[in-house]
Amino acid sequence: MAKKMIISSENEEFVCKVSELSGEQVTLCEQCGTCSGGCPVVGEMDVTPSQMMKMAQLGLKDVLDVKTIWVCASCYTCTIRCPRGLDVSKVAEALRQIILRQAIDHIDIKAIPKEELEQLPQIAMVSACRKFTG
Amino acid sequence: MEETKSPIMDRIAEANKSATTGIDSKDIKEWITIYIMGRGYKVPADLTVLTAMEYAGYKFVRSVGCRQGFCGACATVFRKKGDYKLQADMACQTRAEDGMYLVQIPFTPAEKASYDLTKEDYSPSVLIKYYPEVARCVSCNTCTKACPQDLEVMDYVQAALRGDFEALARDSFDCIQCGLCAMRCPAEIVQYHVGQLGRRLYGRNGLGAPKHLEKRVEEIQNGQFKKALDTVISCSDEELRKKYTAREIEPE
Amino acid sequence: MSAHEDFKLLTDGMKVPYFPGCTLKTTARNFEESALASARALGIEMVELPRWNCCGTVFSLSADDLIHHVASVRNLIRVQEMNKQGLVNENHRLVTLCSMCFNTLKRSNLRVKENAEDMKKINDLMYREEDYQGHVEVVHFIELIRDLGFGKVKRAVKKSLTELKVAPYYGCMILRPKEVSIDDPEAPTIMHEMLQALGTEVISTPYNKVCCGSYQTVQEKSTVVELAHEILTHAQKAGAEAMATTCPLCAFNLDNRQKEIVEKYPGFKKMPIFYITQLMAIAFDLDKKFYGFEQNFVDPKPLLKAKNLLKQ
Repeated sequence: MAKKMIISSENEEFVCKVSELSGEQVTLCEQCGTCSGGCPVVGEMDVTPSQMMKMAQLGLKDVLDVKTIWVCASCYTCTIRCPRGLDVSKVAEALRQIILRQAIDHIDIKAIPKEELEQLPQIAMVSACRKFTG
Repeated sequence: MEETKSPIMDRIAEANKSATTGIDSKDIKEWITIYIMGRGYKVPADLTVLTAMEYAGYKFVRSVGCRQGFCGACATVFRKKGDYKLQADMACQTRAEDGMYLVQIPFTPAEKASYDLTKEDYSPSVLIKYYPEVARCVSCNTCTKACPQDLEVMDYVQAALRGDFEALARDSFDCIQCGLCAMRCPAEIVQYHVGQLGRRLYGRNGLGAPKHLEKRVEEIQNGQFKKALDTVISCSDEELRKKYTAREIEPE
Repeated sequence: MSAHEDFKLLTDGMKVPYFPGCTLKTTARNFEESALASARALGIEMVELPRWNCCGTVFSLSADDLIHHVASVRNLIRVQEMNKQGLVNENHRLVTLCSMCFNTLKRSNLRVKENAEDMKKINDLMYREEDYQGHVEVVHFIELIRDLGFGKVKRAVKKSLTELKVAPYYGCMILRPKEVSIDDPEAPTIMHEMLQALGTEVISTPYNKVCCGSYQTVQEKSTVVELAHEILTHAQKAGAEAMATTCPLCAFNLDNRQKEIVEKYPGFKKMPIFYITQLMAIAFDLDKKFYGFEQNFVDPKPLLKAKNLLKQ
């Protein structure tokens, strides 16, 4: 069933915000699906990277509620394969940052079980903190 | 220079002057103005921030301690006139300057982790276990800039991150736990708590037992000091007083 | 001076600035020790950066973010200082072992080199440090070895790893994005060549450059378990008996997480994960104190023993 959407100035503002923060012109995405095809964690996502780009293009703030941006492992496969040269990983980061910069952390480091903290190498803790805390 | 227009403050200053400077206000040659929480006060130059605030009439019930730069109680955040840089230091160790804007930070809220040293491995992961926020350090060096003891705080946090207990203990040794680093840290690390856990672990596991202490304990257990102690214990008040006044203060 | 010209002047005991990264001092000590010893065997002395700090592990991808590049740039300033202090001789090529550190340091370096205003802001923020001049180059250890020539590696081999079937695991950080890649991101061969020089039978699998899950290992272990399972079983199907990596996070996800893989896939056969430098140390027949197998989760000794490669 077709869904009717009205693009308002609020949507336009959001598109601009995402483009500025990521440094990528999200409107250039032609929805080819290559990023989704190469993404190693797409199976864990609720929307594919292409769908995430589409939502960003339309300026839909719902994209901030998706699981996708938190499943991303920043592997840059999408980055090297996009035929338009868009860095999809930067768009995902921008969406994460919009939330994190509101002081809304994605993980609670104090809730990580102590047995886990004893095993995890620093490289894992530092990168998780950088990606999931503000 | 802005003059204060408060006769009340002047009178309080008068009343306090003997407690702080011990000199008559007419003998004061140079006056400066300092701003305490936004309000201007005329105080004699060349006082420490602590005594200048007392001259202005503040009575410290918190944020004061040894007055010698050692206890870490009088943490003060300030800006100097015409300087955008935010600075921090101990009120008892800093000279009050004209145009200084200052405020006390008597306490830094911070939860200290609960641990039992006897049950912990001597492993770098122990520091991350109790203070996982150490992994958020971005090496911005704000903590080092805030430290009134001129410690390399960032360096010791980095040492904690990579499990270098010796460097952590060495570089955090003179920490007076004033909390200024933790107040300014953008990653919300409580540096002094991390330092303390690190020093405790290092002292217990890294340094090994102090040989001279072990030797002395052995000597005591062997009764080497029994005779001398018994002599003192068996003295009357009179004898004790005589012995005390006649004690050798410095060898000739 | 180009990389090749640098190495024409290579003499024994050539000193290079070396950035370890936090994990190489703790859970991946075996990576560092085997690497430093192997480098020495090839005539390279890796001189640790004085007063280095954590690089941040990940490159901050936001266009306006500067604070998260400070950590990297501070390390690049240390390279400048090292040269001034004479710890290395006019060498501004910073070598890293950890793939993630490599990626972060190199990208931050490019970021400030390409944007003079950002460089100035970062230098101004770090007013207690000398200014970063922008002349440092970040290279990965295996790039250094490639420049040296894999022929030299081959000549240093005393115990060819002939019977050992090893699949190189590239991971993400040394291949992507293109501006930092040390090889063709879609068809890399550098680790293949290195392993060939050591004498192993090199096993290829298309999964050798699929992400291991990276930092998801903290909160979403199941993601890592799935990815690691795919990567490892594909390698095993292609005939691999072990894997070689250059990243301590990949090593953790592929090695330590085998515990969780077995819990979910009881039929899974555990496989040892080596740091490529551990294989170098074995092939160069170095003292076994440099192997560090006690830090490998899946014990490689049974496999090595079966191949007559275990030093007694």
